[in-house]
Formats: sequence, structure tokens, C-alpha cells
Amino acid sequence: MRIIKHPILGDVKEKKKVNINVDNRQVEALEGEPIAAALMAAGIRAFRRTIKTGEPRGVYCGIGQCNDCIMEVNGVPNVRTCVTLVEEGMIIRTQIGLGKSGDLDD
Amino acid sequence: MINTELLIIGGGPAGLAAGIEAGKLNVKTIIVDENSLPGGQLFKQIHKFFGSKEHKAGIRGNKIGEQLLSEVSETGVEVYLNTRAWGIFDDNIVGIVKDGKTEKIKAKKIILATGASENALAFPGSTLPGVMTAGAAQTFINVHRVLPGKKIVMIGTGNVGLITSYQLMQAGAEVVAIVEAAPSVGGYDVHANKIRRAGVPIYLGHTIVEAQGNMEVSGAILAPVDDKFKADKSKSFFIDCDTICFAVGLTPRIELAQMANSPTIYISALGGHVPLHDQKLKIADSIFAAGDIAGVEEASTAMEEGRLAGVAAAIELGKINQVDGIEKVNNIYQRLAKLRSGQFGMKRALAKEEIIRKELELRGGVE
Repeated sequence: MRIIKHPILGDVKEKKKVNINVDNRQVEALEGEPIAAALMAAGIRAFRRTIKTGEPRGVYCGIGQCNDCIMEVNGVPNVRTCVTLVEEGMIIRTQIGLGKSGDLDD
Repeated sequence: MINTELLIIGGGPAGLAAGIEAGKLNVKTIIVDENSLPGGQLFKQIHKFFGSKEHKAGIRGNKIGEQLLSEVSETGVEVYLNTRAWGIFDDNIVGIVKDGKTEKIKAKKIILATGASENALAFPGSTLPGVMTAGAAQTFINVHRVLPGKKIVMIGTGNVGLITSYQLMQAGAEVVAIVEAAPSVGGYDVHANKIRRAGVPIYLGHTIVEAQGNMEVSGAILAPVDDKFKADKSKSFFIDCDTICFAVGLTPRIELAQMANSPTIYISALGGHVPLHDQKLKIADSIFAAGDIAGVEEASTAMEEGRLAGVAAAIELGKINQVDGIEKVNNIYQRLAKLRSGQFGMKRALAKEEIIRKELELRGGVE
């Protein structure tokens, strides 16, 4: 959920919309925000599955330190979504284990 | 190889303040920071700071961040963003990765201002999506303007836990519980009272024993603790929530100090192991540490320590004469003493004295 009005920070400024594709679903993001923020705003919180037991993981530290929020972005696995900004047409996939590289079609 | 007089690792409050002081004294300075924006964690701190006027009391953290950035740009200090310092070697050579490429920087003096990292708790369910650090929640609501959840359980009542809880409410979330294992609130009363007035229950003498949920958090199990902080699970109860935040302290990030062979000391009041340093924050030949790496305190103390290290480096580089240098240093000592006074500050003041005493002992007591 986005925070549009804020008692201290004021209203959020109008920002350019950016379309991203998350697990074959179109998600509307805002220019300049990290992937993790766009996903959270869309109600998506499980970003990857662990390699052995397939447990879900999501945002933990939010500042690029813990690597828990990594996903496959444009065919590249292990991308820290909390510090990687959205780009128009980005293809984002839930990362399973170590992830796959270069494979955007399945 | 890049050559410079001063290299500052970390562009948060301590590193920026160090850069401003050094830059003003015409020290050729480079600041490296692994983030895409400098300022460290200041920009998510939208509350007013405490202290006296000279410590920018009454000004919000994000505004202080903006001021520091504009001062840095006026001094001509170079700031390398998206640059991680990964190692420190003999002859003051630091390995960095800048825009994906490894490079070396050789500096006459180095200031480590690497900050601290947030502590975690482990319990069944603690890895579920929806469990995150308080700092993560603060970043999402105040910087990215997105709520991480609607019903929050906050673990920890230090100032980070209290302030983040209040800011989550300002952002439109409901804080359903604040949990504290100790018998009393850890942070300032002024913050705790704000929370209490808003009707948020603070569970003192309690801990979290489980996060429930399948794909993400859907509840928390709390239980009271005994005098040895062991949870009494027979008295546990369920709280409906979708997000659990950890505000259970910070640990200094001392890896580079250790790599520079600085001896360390464990001081609980400062967050754990910290490098031994002298009165001017020197931890090894030509290397200084400032801010949370030298003991977790607050952004205001981090800025003063940064100034101190910046001036100390400039003195060693011969950029300022001893008399003027000592005057600057003494002014900083006075401001630091003010910040380290009172019920909360005294503990930190004593802990910092212990570091300096131990360092002097190690050098054989020679000033």
C-alpha cells in the first residue's frame, strides 16, 4: 500500500509510471523506486524460495546488506531488489534456489 | 591506483561530517559509499533530533542529511557512490569495487565510518516474509513511501523501536503491540509516552516465541519471560498481525578495522566489539574510526566524531597548525561531552573512556 498523504513529509509528488512484469503479471511501479518497493506496494512480499526447503523469503534489511530479497531480474539471478531501481519493461521472476540465468521464456 | 590524502569509507553522518571538516582544511579527500545516495540512514529519520542547538536539535534527520550533502559539495570533496570498500591492506591501500570494477586507492590517512548493522532474533517463523528490521520498515515508509504491512508488532523499546512505531502510525499502519523483554522501556520517555497516548500496548517482560504464517506473516505468539529472560510458553498468546519488526539493537561494523589489525574490546553499552582508539579516534597508524563503528550511539554523536576524525587527520597531514587544531578538537570534545551526559549518555561516556584507557595501556601508557 502506498503512503500518499503524510503528516510530516506531505503528499507524495506525482511520479512517472513504469510498467514491470512480475511472474507474468503486469505491475505498475513509479520511476525512481526500487523493485522491492513496487512489489510491496502491489502486495507482493514473498520474493524468492530457499534452495533446500523452498521456504519463502522477502525483504529483511531493506538497504542492500542481507541479500534476502534477491530475485531474477531481466534473466540475471541474485539481484538485490531493495537497491535496484525499476526500469520500464523489466522482467522480474521469483527466484527459486540459486535461480536461473538468461532464461526469460518459461 | 588512485592517490589521495584522505580516504573516508562510509558516507553517513560521521563520514560526511569528517569530509566537511577535512575539505574545509584543504585536505584532498575522497568519500566512498556503497549506496547510490550518500547520507547513510539519515534520510529515513524524519523525526526531530535531540540535544542542544549546536547539535541541530529540533531539526529532522532528513533535513540534516540535506545540509550535510550541500556542505560536502561546497568543500570540493569527491564522493564515489555505488562503491564498496572490500579490503584494507599494507601501506594504506584500500580495495574498492566502483561501478562493478575493482580498483585500489592509496591514502595518507583513512577514516573508517562504516556504521552499524541491525541485530536479528531467531525463532520459529523468523525468516518469513513480513519479518524485517525496524530500519527496513523505516526505509520503506519514509523514503519509498510504501507500507510494509498494516498490522505491526514491534520487538524492542529502544529509541529505534519507539520512533519507528510512531512513524509507522504516522504512515497509516496500526501498531498492535510493542514487545520488550526487559521490565522497563529502553528508550526516552518522551517517545514512549507518545506511543502510550496513542493507545498502543507495550508488553514489558515479554518476548516473541513464534511468527505464524504460511507464505508470509499472519500472526505472532508472545510469551512472558522470567528473570533469566526465558519465555514461559505455558502463558503464550496470539496477536493478529502481518508484519513483525526487530528493533533489538545494532552492532558496529568493524570488519575493516579488524583487517587493519586494530585490537578490539567488547562493550555491551556500545553494541559489541569495537576497535580500541585513542582520544582522537585513531585505531592504527594513519587510520581513524568515527561514528557507530567506534560504538553505537546516535547520529548527532556520529557527526561530532566525524568532525573530530576529520580535524585529527588534517592535523597529522600538517594542514592546520597545532594551536588552531587543538582548539578545534577541544570544542568538539566539549560538544561530545554534552551529548554524552544525562541518564542515557553517561553509560556511553564511561564506555568511551574505557576504550581510550585500554588503548593507552596497550601502547604502554605513553601519551
